[in-house]
Amino acid sequence: MSTPTGSAWVDGSGSRLAKFNFFRRINWGRFSVVSVPTLWLAIFFFIPFLVVFKISLSETAIAVPPYTSLLNWDVEESYLNLKLNLGNYFYLFEDTFYLDAYLSSIKIAGISTVFTLIIAFPIAYLIARSKPSSRALLLSLVILPFWTSFLLRVYAWMGFLKKNGLINEFLLGAGIIDQPLIMLQTDFAVYIGIVYTYLPFMVLPLYSALEKMDMTLLEAAEDLGSRPATSFFLITIPMAVPGIIAGCMLVFIPAVGEFVIPSLLGGSDTLMIGRVLWDEFFLNRDWPMASAVAIVMLIVLVLPIMLIRNSQGKEEAV
Amino acid sequence: MKRRSLFLTTSATLGFIFLYAPMIALVVYSFNKSKLVTVWGGWSLKWYGELFRNEQIIDAALLSLKIAFISASVAVVLGTMAGFVLSRFGRFRGKMVLSGWISAPLVMPEVITGLSLLLLFVAMEGMFGWPSGRGTGTIIIAHVTFCMAYVAVIVQSRLSQLDETLEEAAMDLGAKPSSLFFLVTMPLIMPAIISGWLLSFTLSLDDLVIASFVSGPGNSTLPMVIFSKVRLGVSPEVNALATLMIAVVAIGVIGAMYQMRRQSKLLASDE
Repeated sequence: MSTPTGSAWVDGSGSRLAKFNFFRRINWGRFSVVSVPTLWLAIFFFIPFLVVFKISLSETAIAVPPYTSLLNWDVEESYLNLKLNLGNYFYLFEDTFYLDAYLSSIKIAGISTVFTLIIAFPIAYLIARSKPSSRALLLSLVILPFWTSFLLRVYAWMGFLKKNGLINEFLLGAGIIDQPLIMLQTDFAVYIGIVYTYLPFMVLPLYSALEKMDMTLLEAAEDLGSRPATSFFLITIPMAVPGIIAGCMLVFIPAVGEFVIPSLLGGSDTLMIGRVLWDEFFLNRDWPMASAVAIVMLIVLVLPIMLIRNSQGKEEAV
Repeated sequence: MKRRSLFLTTSATLGFIFLYAPMIALVVYSFNKSKLVTVWGGWSLKWYGELFRNEQIIDAALLSLKIAFISASVAVVLGTMAGFVLSRFGRFRGKMVLSGWISAPLVMPEVITGLSLLLLFVAMEGMFGWPSGRGTGTIIIAHVTFCMAYVAVIVQSRLSQLDETLEEAAMDLGAKPSSLFFLVTMPLIMPAIISGWLLSFTLSLDDLVIASFVSGPGNSTLPMVIFSKVRLGVSPEVNALATLMIAVVAIGVIGAMYQMRRQSKLLASDE
């Protein structure tokens, strides 16, 4: 996001009023407006990651809280011992269970993201090309499900996909199948759940990219003899790229760490890392291991994507 | 040209059906008399009666509403400050840090946010004795942290569309920064602040994963109760609850649209 220059709020950039203010008082107001949200995020967003990292290097203990401390003061020998346990990380790479869980989460999230894009594109395109008067209505139709409970939207699909659920009843009744399909507790159900719940996150950025597109470009291409399909791939898609990237990121990253969807719609063999972390924490009460899982997820997955986004943001600002 | 738009309309319509069919089914089956959720036994309001007699659900709903109200109100203040600082303060030390931290909670997987906040609370309790135990307070802190990110994004995008000359004029006329903000900027970004509050309220009301990590015993929020019920299978009471929630949201959205349409008509008639 680029900042407008010449803003009335900029001080030190030559604004007459800002200089005046500077001599009147050392902008305590300004200082506190900046520092309150920054401090809040430092304490409740940034420092927690350092704590997670620290605990990922400790060992499980039967204690409250259930992990050992890293620093130990040896009174007799006057040694300050720093004990770092890398065992959790070694174990993460030794046991293929975790590697499988990471890979399968990336696979499930990736496939779901592609399907979300395929379903969201026509919706976004239709809204962007409809009359301005009906745009607001169509957009709110897309957003409305987003305002209702995420958990209940996932739950709605349980009733749909069950063995004696609506889809099976319908297909059996119509005589298309004679055995109920097993859909709930499969990876298929997880794909549907992710596509369904994350659809608005894809439609909105796509819409805002497509809305800015100049439709006369398509007319020009048609006049020059381009077929609709060709102009779609050569003009519309490239124009929508910023929206596609933003939408895919908003769907892919949270989907990788998804817990609710695989545990309600997936089977016991649906392996996703968010669920592994949850079980490690709540069932095994192995806090250090859960922390190591989180740190690896953060380093492998979240950080690279955030760095890419930041560098793109800078390019846009330049 | 005609054929292409037919293809477009069909696929978009299918998309909308995909979005709404499960919710419509949920609503219809909440009025089902039969205990078996998929067998139709005639119309009935019996599950609504059951719902209102279920004290566990009522208590959890009240707790969730309280948490959502407080979290949204605090998040709006902090998020507006952050969004305002980022779009109106020009360059300042720590801007990169703040803008990175404020957008990160939007994409952070919930399990990581939940785990990291819990471990922070446990570590802080060990060091300073605060927060003693976990419960409503820790859930509110966690919700404020991720909700303020959404508020900041909304406020920031509204401010970037706003004409700055109004604010500059107020400054030239000698308005103090505080009165400038409260008398000029804030009324102009009020729609963004209101939608930020509503979004925060909904997100807080809806959160299962983060609340499960940072809540204490006896502090089950509504999503936690629903999740434990739903895990065992489809339940007609939850259908009734879902219908009520959908109804409230639909009324809210339709009301907001009506209000917006009236305002834009008023503006149009002024010109």
